[in-house]
Amino acid sequence: MVTSTLGGLRAACGDVAEATVDDTVDGVPARWVAWPGSTEEVSAVLRAAARLGLRVVARGTGTRLNWGLPPTDVDLIVNISRMDAVLAHVAGDLVVTVQAGLRMIDLQNALALHRQRLALDSAGTLIGGTVVGGTVVGGTVVGGTVGGVGGTVGGTIATAASGPLRYRYGSVRDLLIGITVVLADGTVTRSGGTVVKNVAGYDLGKLYTGSLGTLGVITEAVFRLHPLPEASRWITVPAPDAERAAAAIAAVRASQHEPVALDVDRGAPGDRVTVGVAVEGVTGGIGARAEAVADLLGAAAGALATVTEQPPGWWGRPPHPPQGPAATVSCEPTGLAELLATAPGVLRGSAGAGVLTAGLDDGDRLGAQLAQLRRIATRNGGSAVLRCAPSHRKAGLDVWGPVPALALMRRLKDQFDPEHRLAPGRFVGGI
Amino acid sequence: MTHESAELRLLAAEFTARLGPAAVITDRQRLRTYECDGLAQHRVVPGLVVLPESAEQTAAVVRACAAAGVPFVARGSGTGLSGGALPHADGVLIVTSRMRRILEIDPANERAIVEPGVINLDVTKAASPQGWYFAPDPSSQQICSVGGNVAENSGGAHCLKYGFTTHHVLGVEVVTPNGELVWLGGTTRDVPGYDLLGAFVGSEGTLGIATKIVVRLLRESESVRCLLAAFPRVDEAGVAVSKIIADGVTPAAIEMMDALAIEAAEAAVACGYPEGAGAVLIVELDGPVAEVEHTFAAVHRHCTDAGAFEIRVARDAAERALFWKGRKSTFAAVGRISPDYIVQDGVIPRTVLPEVLRCIADLSAGTGVRVANVFHAGDGNLHPLVLFDETKPGEAQAAEEISGAILDLCIAYGGSITGEHGVGMDKAQYLPRMFTDDDLDTMQRLRCAFDPVGVCNPGKVFPTPRLCGEVPGKHKGAHPLQVAGLAEQF
Repeated sequence: MVTSTLGGLRAACGDVAEATVDDTVDGVPARWVAWPGSTEEVSAVLRAAARLGLRVVARGTGTRLNWGLPPTDVDLIVNISRMDAVLAHVAGDLVVTVQAGLRMIDLQNALALHRQRLALDSAGTLIGGTVVGGTVVGGTVVGGTVGGVGGTVGGTIATAASGPLRYRYGSVRDLLIGITVVLADGTVTRSGGTVVKNVAGYDLGKLYTGSLGTLGVITEAVFRLHPLPEASRWITVPAPDAERAAAAIAAVRASQHEPVALDVDRGAPGDRVTVGVAVEGVTGGIGARAEAVADLLGAAAGALATVTEQPPGWWGRPPHPPQGPAATVSCEPTGLAELLATAPGVLRGSAGAGVLTAGLDDGDRLGAQLAQLRRIATRNGGSAVLRCAPSHRKAGLDVWGPVPALALMRRLKDQFDPEHRLAPGRFVGGI
Repeated sequence: MTHESAELRLLAAEFTARLGPAAVITDRQRLRTYECDGLAQHRVVPGLVVLPESAEQTAAVVRACAAAGVPFVARGSGTGLSGGALPHADGVLIVTSRMRRILEIDPANERAIVEPGVINLDVTKAASPQGWYFAPDPSSQQICSVGGNVAENSGGAHCLKYGFTTHHVLGVEVVTPNGELVWLGGTTRDVPGYDLLGAFVGSEGTLGIATKIVVRLLRESESVRCLLAAFPRVDEAGVAVSKIIADGVTPAAIEMMDALAIEAAEAAVACGYPEGAGAVLIVELDGPVAEVEHTFAAVHRHCTDAGAFEIRVARDAAERALFWKGRKSTFAAVGRISPDYIVQDGVIPRTVLPEVLRCIADLSAGTGVRVANVFHAGDGNLHPLVLFDETKPGEAQAAEEISGAILDLCIAYGGSITGEHGVGMDKAQYLPRMFTDDDLDTMQRLRCAFDPVGVCNPGKVFPTPRLCGEVPGKHKGAHPLQVAGLAEQF
């Protein structure tokens, strides 16, 4: 059986092996691993997997493979790391087409050469990009990455990972304009296109975003790009308490300074709360704009605000170790004061977008912390999801919390993956 | 009496009992009011019109339709340009115009909650005293509904910087095609589960009816600067656009009009654009003063460098409105220079703009069919206006052919058959030119999850319905839709 399965997979893709301990998904061992080199090869592998009845998990660098629940079973890992090419970048159109195995950092560095970027800083903050004699030197990416390797484009889409820039530019869903996905039965399917403005057909890219690989294997993506700003400034203020931090956030929100990011960083409940704002623009105007934001923040928070040309050390970095535990918590803007005052754990994230990460205790208190976080979030229109944790800690916990429209989501899964072979059990409601 | 009309009579009686007689229209003359949307070439008198006042009433209407297997179509203000709200002769048209309450304006939470019939511009009017606004601004914003904006994922002149409706909706309360009331998204971002909200926005009324909409409000910009630049030809104007984008500037809007479009606008609203212009650009920048002053100077310089022979800078809001007056009136203004016209909506990558415009000019010259061009130049969204006179034999067909050929150009250059007007009924036959059968089949899997029996705005978007609930190749017996002649076997 093992031999014939391996033979069947090898007929579909030249690069197939028995899985090792490195291919374990959130504590669940896999049996085989395939490294396809193209969308066509992914399709062939998935057709073979369908024939053989294999349960499949897609992975890139594995940075966020522990997000969601552990899959119930894994037979085959489809590792897309070999698919790491930039397929097309027309700078004048501000659009890039890439293979899903491309690392986000490599994408950003490639774009920085053209003074452009994907305005999605889940893999870190792009700083600099100084032009020297027509070439860009620098374009250094700092911070952000969890495992030190950095996520791929496919993984970033599948987990809907985001960073501070989401306040101005939105998240993956807002920047993805086209996508190629291979379905469980091997069907290659595209939606969207290569132009920014396009309403032809359903926007399936939104569905795949954040779906943790339960609808298909993402093989290519098209993004809209933005120019790299000429200059950036970070303005931070250490607010003595949550209330004054919330006041500073509200003041920025109501202002006309148009920051690109509005983030917070807090240690334990009761600690002071650092509010951080990023502004971007032309060199000629940036200094005055940063000073104006600093004045506003300082007055509202009752503390001295600082302007820097580099982000603060915590900027865009997860407030937890790679294995977690960590929760994604959302709330309405007016709920931030309560969240910052009382939420358990270490809090960091986009106060502007109302989506934060809470680093929680790796111990018996985890369940109670999650429940408390969920109570606060729900009271303020939001939700709390245990994003990642050591797999034994997830057992017995309600990782997702209430999920509206779950019946529709189940019907969607049944349509896309009727045999439930893609990352089974990893997503909401056992999907 | 046909089978269908018997069914509609029963529904009419049920709706009258539930919603009151004022909410139900059965009179043939009054039904004719709803026979088309903004795309007047296609007309179908609906079997029945119902105007619910609430989400619960809408859900009851949809449940009754679903139970009877009667197709239904949602309609807001009826300004759509792709026939998305074209009624069914044997179906129910659900009009949202009585659901027009603004439920909440909440700047502290950067949002408003509105009913679907609320007029787009009314959201901004309600929020502007506090300094906030709703960003999507389609040209029809004085009359189009927010529910319609959600269905069509409407854009507008300023979506170059601010994005489309999908970027400005946080949540929708939806009546699903089987009559359930569910929330997709909410009042916060990153709601757990699949992003059904993202799939719903822009689904052209095929996945259900939005009954409440949570929209984002944006803070008004500190400064808005606008210039109008006149160029000898569209080529120079195209160069200016490329220079602006290459410089890393993201204007709020860059609009272009060619000579024929300018001629029409002058005839209609006497906008007083510079004489002898082969093309004008309207470029608007907004943001903090310290930023805009620098980038505006750069835009001015790029227009001069590209060959603008006259540049006017708006000194105040009134002058800015004057610049926009010509642009915003173009669709209607074309009626001054031609008795009939087709408004096309296609997208091309911005970098091929001059090339595609030359192709359109060649098409026009080769056939004698006049084409006026207005477009959102910043994002490559073309709105060619194909002029004809229906009373002259062959002209309508020639115009249709040119219009189709322009879409083929858009596809050939890697663009799209629609940037903001939608596929609707008008372009369903063109969709297979952009997508493979597998692509379309996959999209319809989503439709099947929402609407397994195919009663929600059937016949729109996709040229051929997909039969749901069965794995291809494993069909047992004929599907009810197939029996009814509504679907082909996929």
